[in-house]
Amino acid sequence: MCLAIPARIVQLFPEEETRALVDVAGVRRHIDTGLLAEDPPRVGDWVLVHVGFAMSKISEEQALDQIQLLKMLGEEQAALEELAGYDPADPVPRLEPSSWSTS
Amino acid sequence: MKYVDEFRDPALISNAAAEIRRLSDPRRAYRFMEVCGGHTHAIYRFGLKDFLPENIELVHGPGCPVCVLPMGRIDDALTMTSDPSVIFTAFGDMMRVPGAQGSPLAWKARGSDIRIVYSPADALKLAEKNPDRHVVFFAIGFETTAPSTALTLLRARARGITNFSVFSNHVTIIPAIRAILDSPDMRIDAFLGPGHVSTVIGCRPYEWIARNERRPIVVSGFEPLDILQTIVMLLRQMKDGESKVENQYARVVPWEGNRAALKAMAEVFNLRPYFEWRGMGFISQSALGLRETFAGWDAERRFSIPGVRVTDPKAAQCGEVLKGVLKPAQCKLFGKECTPERPVGALMVSSEGSCAAYYNYEHRKVLAQIEPAAAVRAIA
Amino acid sequence: MSIPFPARSRFLDPQIEMAHGAGGKASRRLVEDLIAPLLLGDSSGPLADAAQVQIGPASVAFTADSFVVHPLRFPGGSIGDLAVNGTANDLAVSGARPHALVVTLIVEAGLPSRELEAEIRAIAQAAARAGVIIAGGDTKVVEHGKADRLYITTAGIGRPLPGAHLSPSRVQPGDKILLSGPIGDHGTTILLARGELDLEADLSSDTRCVFPMVEALLNAAGPCVRWMRDPTRGGVATSLNELARDAHVGILIEEDAVPIRDTVRGACELLGLDPLHIANEGQFLAVVAPDRAQAALEALHQTQGGELAAIIGEVSQQPRATVLSKAAFGGTRVLDMLVGDPLPRIC
Repeated sequence: MCLAIPARIVQLFPEEETRALVDVAGVRRHIDTGLLAEDPPRVGDWVLVHVGFAMSKISEEQALDQIQLLKMLGEEQAALEELAGYDPADPVPRLEPSSWSTS
Repeated sequence: MKYVDEFRDPALISNAAAEIRRLSDPRRAYRFMEVCGGHTHAIYRFGLKDFLPENIELVHGPGCPVCVLPMGRIDDALTMTSDPSVIFTAFGDMMRVPGAQGSPLAWKARGSDIRIVYSPADALKLAEKNPDRHVVFFAIGFETTAPSTALTLLRARARGITNFSVFSNHVTIIPAIRAILDSPDMRIDAFLGPGHVSTVIGCRPYEWIARNERRPIVVSGFEPLDILQTIVMLLRQMKDGESKVENQYARVVPWEGNRAALKAMAEVFNLRPYFEWRGMGFISQSALGLRETFAGWDAERRFSIPGVRVTDPKAAQCGEVLKGVLKPAQCKLFGKECTPERPVGALMVSSEGSCAAYYNYEHRKVLAQIEPAAAVRAIA
Repeated sequence: MSIPFPARSRFLDPQIEMAHGAGGKASRRLVEDLIAPLLLGDSSGPLADAAQVQIGPASVAFTADSFVVHPLRFPGGSIGDLAVNGTANDLAVSGARPHALVVTLIVEAGLPSRELEAEIRAIAQAAARAGVIIAGGDTKVVEHGKADRLYITTAGIGRPLPGAHLSPSRVQPGDKILLSGPIGDHGTTILLARGELDLEADLSSDTRCVFPMVEALLNAAGPCVRWMRDPTRGGVATSLNELARDAHVGILIEEDAVPIRDTVRGACELLGLDPLHIANEGQFLAVVAPDRAQAALEALHQTQGGELAAIIGEVSQQPRATVLSKAAFGGTRVLDMLVGDPLPRIC
């Protein structure tokens, strides 16, 4: 139920508004965009194709956000562990309010 | 390939695997079910188990539309081919699935006109090109595929193409998940939600799983990073004692689903009162049939099909494997009477079936008792 | 001379199906359980691409092949090219210089003469390019509907090269696996050429005679070349599985090291096919001892047509009779032989 491929819209057909030509790594295929009728894709958009129909648009922004999240996985922890290196007895150094007093 | 390669980045995968190890509590055992057969296939194809600690078990769910089809429905479909005017079309996935009288490929070898299509639109085109023949399309799939069948039928009607009909075996995912949760033998901690079904139905339909059944569910993509990130998110929820619906596959899945797709489905299909699922018995409101307004395009109404219930061979444990109660290798027939070459049940044929996936990708690693990590070291 | 034949064959399939011709497990069963025991008698060695036959003092490599393809003409070649190159390649990978072919044409009545002429010209040109003699042949015409336009069968002989000692039994753990170039071109081209799919791609068959590359390889690495095969029907996965089984070894390949053109990858993604299972008509696999593998690879790179050759994996002790494939990011999976024809999937 689940083989769907990201593909880029390279051509639209004014005389057939639910037909589009997509490109996957240099291979071109005609697909049906009828399921995206409420927000039709434009040339250059990326869509998810399943059994010859576009199911959804792919959001570049969301994809980048996701990669960013994945890059940060473990970074927070790594940063804390680095800090912890300064005093093994006290894993994360804390700033005591009294250290800020000027009196 | 864009939107594919980024999600196979080795460094990020390593990162995610480390996070999984860190988040999982070594004192407990986790059982996560991936509902969708596409995820089962991906897990084996990418060797993702190599990245999980021992205490995380992935249980395969029943989301393989080919696997859950009872044998009798295949026989029903194939009887239509005895009419010489019929061109019978189906996806490649179905061609080797055994009915009681043989698989579609076996019938084709005996002379039936059975052809593989890649889209219901191909089947409709065949009907247009062959006005003196009748084209039947064997429709299978969950809500991912149903909208495409629906749209094709709407087009057939709009264009007045009457030498075309659909044999609908579309099933819906929520009743399957409910059946799993209602099953007394199951203990599932959390779910990897079906990514492509959700592009159609959105994420709301899963809210009862989080709220009423108190299980975390994260809708997941299919690339290695998607699946690993989903597991991170599930572990985080469990660590924080939460249970909610999250969308890991946000680049593709809209929370509200695809309205146009749902509209097309509603116009063409209605819910059958009940439908038989292999190994799970009859489940109410779990499958789609064509509405009265599309009776002329309903293969079930145009052809008289025997509708015979065919029970699986007694020794085959397809049902238990489908529900995740048994692992493929625990079925008595696995690897002996039932292999991809001579499959007894659809789970060994369908590329999504857990038996086939396990057999093709994993089984011999186990037979040779090799540590996956050792295999990786040997080539590095 | 009497050869003991088994009284009953082990072949249990009730009827012959397309899967038996697809080059995968079903094909292997047909050959090993039905054909080989009855025709080759008691011989229990693994089956090779060409046989070595001794006639008095002369040692001759001897092979046969048959060609059935639809459509007859496709980007990159035609059935005539396949017939010559396919036969020459069987001889080449058995370690022989292809010398002569005989060609049989089975023609369906109704085939336009100019199409037959085109194929005969293709055979002549391919033979000239490959440096082989067409020594003769036969022609039969069958009724319309009894053959798919044109079937070609061949038999070929070649002269075994002195430095070549190829056999699965020579393969050892640690040996490297070389592949001559990108895979999947031929099978994918044929699928698209059938015109049933709405796909356009700049693809063509890789059909060619691989002997020049084989010769370069043998010159560079001589006895360090253990085994070769041309991965036709069933693809690289099937050939490697056959080797793993016949040599009782394990094979580990690096998925990302396998050369595949982007367009082939894209077409396979769209169709739900695995390039490792798709037929090739102009490539070969070679197993080479580790200390000569780099030199062997360079020799291929210096030969015309071998520029994209790569080392794709190595032979291991375990897991026996199994091919494992490792992705760049580290996950491993078992790479199995095809069951029957590669079927596209939507699920």
